[in-house]
Amino acid sequence: MMEPSAYLLLSGILFGIGVAGVVARKNVLIILMSVEIMLNAVNVAFIAVGSYLGDATGSVFAFMVMTVAAAEAAVGLAILIAVYRLKETIDITELSVLKW
Amino acid sequence: MVGEILDYLWLVPALPLLGVIVNSAIALFAERPLLLAEDARRPSDPPGGDHGHGHGDSHAAPSYRKMVAFLGPAVVGASFVVSLLAVLALAARAPHDRLFVQVLFPWIQAGTFMAPAAFQLDPLSSVMILVVTGVGFLIHVYSVGYMSHERAFARYFVYLNLFTFAMLLLVLGSNFLLMFIGWEGVGLCSYLLIGYWYEKKSAADAGKKAFVVNRVGDFGFLLAMFLIFWTFGSVEYTEVFARIPGLMESGTLTTGIATAITLLLFVGATGKSAQIPLYVWLPDAMEGPTPVSALIHAATMVTAGVYMVARTNALFLLAPASMMVVAVVGAATAIFSAIIGITQNDIKRVLAYSTVSQLGYMFLACGVGAFTAGIFHLMTHAFFKALLFLGSGSVIHALAGEQDMRNMGSLKKHLPVTFVTMFIATLAISGIPGLSGFFSKDEILWKSFSSGHGHVGLWLVGTVAAGITAFYMFRLVFLTFFGDSRMDPEVEAHVHESPYSMTVPLMILAVLAVAGGWVGIPHVLGGHNYFEEWLAPVFAHAAEGAAHGEAHASAALEYLLMAASVGVALCGILLAWYLYRVRTEKPGEIAGRVPGLYDLVLNKYYVDEIYDAAIVRRIVNGSVWLWEAFDDAFIDGIVNGIAALVQGAGARTRRLQSGVVGNYALSLLLGAVILVGFLIWP
Repeated sequence: MMEPSAYLLLSGILFGIGVAGVVARKNVLIILMSVEIMLNAVNVAFIAVGSYLGDATGSVFAFMVMTVAAAEAAVGLAILIAVYRLKETIDITELSVLKW
Repeated sequence: MVGEILDYLWLVPALPLLGVIVNSAIALFAERPLLLAEDARRPSDPPGGDHGHGHGDSHAAPSYRKMVAFLGPAVVGASFVVSLLAVLALAARAPHDRLFVQVLFPWIQAGTFMAPAAFQLDPLSSVMILVVTGVGFLIHVYSVGYMSHERAFARYFVYLNLFTFAMLLLVLGSNFLLMFIGWEGVGLCSYLLIGYWYEKKSAADAGKKAFVVNRVGDFGFLLAMFLIFWTFGSVEYTEVFARIPGLMESGTLTTGIATAITLLLFVGATGKSAQIPLYVWLPDAMEGPTPVSALIHAATMVTAGVYMVARTNALFLLAPASMMVVAVVGAATAIFSAIIGITQNDIKRVLAYSTVSQLGYMFLACGVGAFTAGIFHLMTHAFFKALLFLGSGSVIHALAGEQDMRNMGSLKKHLPVTFVTMFIATLAISGIPGLSGFFSKDEILWKSFSSGHGHVGLWLVGTVAAGITAFYMFRLVFLTFFGDSRMDPEVEAHVHESPYSMTVPLMILAVLAVAGGWVGIPHVLGGHNYFEEWLAPVFAHAAEGAAHGEAHASAALEYLLMAASVGVALCGILLAWYLYRVRTEKPGEIAGRVPGLYDLVLNKYYVDEIYDAAIVRRIVNGSVWLWEAFDDAFIDGIVNGIAALVQGAGARTRRLQSGVVGNYALSLLLGAVILVGFLIWP
């Protein structure tokens, strides 16, 4: 069986890309996509460690995460469309009314 | 059977208390709504004055007024009857056994401190309760007539009944604490009654002044009480006085402590009994209704200080220095205020200064160890001074509120009953032989000369003051009742003698003012001094001291001094007759010749102004400083400062909530990094 370190490295890189996207980008669509990348980075880590340990729990959890991610994407995109209809923009810096 | 009557001693103060409860219910639930409704109809009602006819329109008397008019005097009358029976029962006992203490319930118990609610009837308190309830009853009856035109009729009787209750508590209480409760109670009633016409600023101010000045004295009384408890371990009269010999022997009670206690007690007495330096409130207290001046500010409350000194005579006798202070202050007050009395033109103010002066006599008596004489004068003074005040009230009532004697004159024919009774009282206060004032005043003067504590200087001052008293009292009578009328013609047309409810008390008091002194006719005049004998058990120690001094005094000397004081009084009367009947232009001339002196006395030696500058204004300024610099700036500064700090911190931290999701994500990331870094740190 292969060492999981390469997979974990890949997972770390993907997660880093996701984080960078969330923090740096202004477009909400891109941010949502970056969140998806982060979730999938975690999936990679789950499956790699799961198969390394010979345990199916990792794979099962990956499916779970994929389901949640799908739901999240659906809700997120719905909100996005609603926000765009209201504000005619999806620039995150413009959407800063949630404060006192 | 004798004991049975004494067991009802508690009724003496309880009956006036019943009057207070019922009358205040009437005042609150019947009278107040009525007056408020009336005020609502006439918003610009003029404030009342010291007269019966203040409000032009007469009100239809509501039925509750009749009930108050009956109940107010009735409870005090009933209390008088109970007092009389109780005192008779006490008199039936052997002289050494005349002490009855009725414990009602244990009142305060804390550690070794014990103060039961108990009443003590002995010869001294029996004299006091008879004077308070007897004179008090007459003045209650008089008030029904005098106050009949007043709107707040029930309120007046609530206060008057409450006063009677508190005064009886003061004289009947068996310990210092109960006396103090009564002491404060009468002070409160005095305040309420002086300020009875509270819509008038001068009345409200006078009430406030009386209250504040009395607090100064009360503080002395309180300290004395603490010191008594600290020294004797008790505040019960019987226990305190019984422990004196033992504590003297063990050295716990030194002359120094006795002097401190008695001087502090005397500070209390100077407040309540209007002696130098705290007498200033009494003349202003004349802003109250005249019956109140008669009852509270002449006959009863102001004598509380004399009663207190007499009650604690055993302590005072241990402190010769205190005795001297009491005598000197008394004598100084007697002559000081008598001189002011000469120049006053307000009929009630003359009487007020006369009261201060007569109280000085009583303290002079106590100071020379003649407590019996002091209490004797207290009693006779209650009769004739109450009569004088009620008479002046009758005059004021007849003249629709006029109090200035310069606007009176020739009232003799209009007010025959008032004139005769007031004239009798004037003779009595002047010390004309045969009347009550003669016996009591002469006993004081004699004792101030002959007693072991006495001094010829005290006698001289007292005698001169007696002459001045005769002078200003006859000045009052001549200006008011004799000569040509100086009245407003409109007022003169309505002059009328007062109703029976007012004149009958005058007549009864006149009889007492004549005969009240006959219980204490001195031995040299062939009398039998029953009064002295009656009080002897209370003043046993004092008698020893006085007898010691009297050894070198002879009957001939007593006659001589008696003749001297009568002579001085006659001189005063003749001088008044000469100046105010024969050469009526003379007083103005004399006043004009010494304008500085005249103004000084007319303005009461500017004592009020001096107090105002030296004390009152300083306290006011200090209070203003405390208010503005301390309270407003410092205390409020702390509170407001903390609030401002929190507000500022909030305003700054608010900026963290930018609403930009990117920032939140960044801080989230930072937090996660720190957390993870912390966990994996070696």
